[in-house]
Amino acid sequence: MSWIWSNGDLIWDRTLDHLVLSVPPIILSFLLAVPLGALANRYRASRGAILSSVGLLYAIPSLPLFIVLPVIVGTSARSPLNLIIALTLYGVALMVRVVADGLASVDPDVRQSAAGVGFSSWSEFWQVELPLAGPVLLAGLRVVAVSTVSLATVGAVIGVQSLGSLFTDGFQRGIQAEIIAGIVATVVLALVLDGALVLLGRLLMPWTRKSSSRVMLPLTPTPLTPTPLTPTTTPTTPVTR
Amino acid sequence: MNLLIESIQWILDPQNYVGGNAIPLRVLEHLGFTVATLLIASAVAIPAGFFIGHTGRGRGLAVSISGAFRAIPTLGLLTLVALSIGIGLGAPYVALTILAIPPILAGAYTGFEAIDRRTIDAARAVGMSEGQIVRGVELPLGLPLLIGGIRSAALQVISTATLAAYLADFGLGRYLFTGLKTRDYAEMLGGSILVILLALALEGIFATIQRFVVPRGVVSSRSRVVRVR
Repeated sequence: MSWIWSNGDLIWDRTLDHLVLSVPPIILSFLLAVPLGALANRYRASRGAILSSVGLLYAIPSLPLFIVLPVIVGTSARSPLNLIIALTLYGVALMVRVVADGLASVDPDVRQSAAGVGFSSWSEFWQVELPLAGPVLLAGLRVVAVSTVSLATVGAVIGVQSLGSLFTDGFQRGIQAEIIAGIVATVVLALVLDGALVLLGRLLMPWTRKSSSRVMLPLTPTPLTPTPLTPTTTPTTPVTR
Repeated sequence: MNLLIESIQWILDPQNYVGGNAIPLRVLEHLGFTVATLLIASAVAIPAGFFIGHTGRGRGLAVSISGAFRAIPTLGLLTLVALSIGIGLGAPYVALTILAIPPILAGAYTGFEAIDRRTIDAARAVGMSEGQIVRGVELPLGLPLLIGGIRSAALQVISTATLAAYLADFGLGRYLFTGLKTRDYAEMLGGSILVILLALALEGIFATIQRFVVPRGVVSSRSRVVRVR
């Protein structure tokens, strides 16, 4: 414990390093995944090609990618930029599938009626499809945030400073408290970013809170009443599904 | 690009195929370690997952455990275990088994949960015992998702086993760390390429298995369900 008290500054500095490494990939992966996911959702051929290449990308182990990437991109292996690019690739790999699935979950009837009232396919995408897929996208982005924060620590092994440096340093010097402090700080940072995303979601999608309580309601009466008696309740099922 | 050629030359160099540091030996070490941890983790996680999926009990606990473990950095867990039980192969085994359990557990119980309740009720109605339901209905229907869980655990283990070379003289990760220390970029890159190839090969094998274990009746009925909706 005494190690933590006397090294608060160090932990704080590494936390800031960690934020610089992990926040840009989270934002970038969302921005890149939306067009890619939309493309994957549009045509059958592009869906197969995009989703399978993204799946392969996700299968690449992190440490080898950190080493191979500089040769391809031309950055230095020890630069934070290299790590940010690699983490963005993992975020995109996770997020593209989520975007494609989220857009596919939008009810075709809703999209047809949007076209019917005069939305162009461009504005229908931004104003109807994307907001309706929002809760799914948010859930995916939360997974991206948590895994990015956790993955960023691996960079410490090749010399990119982050909270992971507390692991390598603590291991080399045999200070258990330093490693534990690093783990706790990483988990706390992941939870903070996750919480920030949840708040952002509430701000941008105020309708989700109302509909989530509505989703719970139809679930309870179903085992009690036989299905043929409840056709009138079907219109109330939320469109977000 | 020159470096890439050098690293491929390193991979093909006959010198790297003899002695205790030979590439085939390292590949076998890496694979053997991955299989062993997956087996230990499966022995713990599959029965527990089946119990949760069949009875529905302990689900909240399982969800929060697998969620919390996603946030724990693998490198932190590895170094922490290594400090407490000593440098060597013991620490990676313990740490990676812990990491492999949550995805397999999630695969096992979500596989059972995803089954239509009516199918299980029907099985019960025709007189199947609970054991028969688990073995004859829930297991085959839940198998694709279980394999999916093992697949993501395998990816995680093969990736983190590379990191484990930081603590022990073992596996393909060794090339990365000796290369890093001696500034031999060709060796580092060559080792990285080998790990990536190994991971992609494993991914391909699991994808094929996952396709084959879907029961035939499910494949044909799935398209019908989609159309009804």
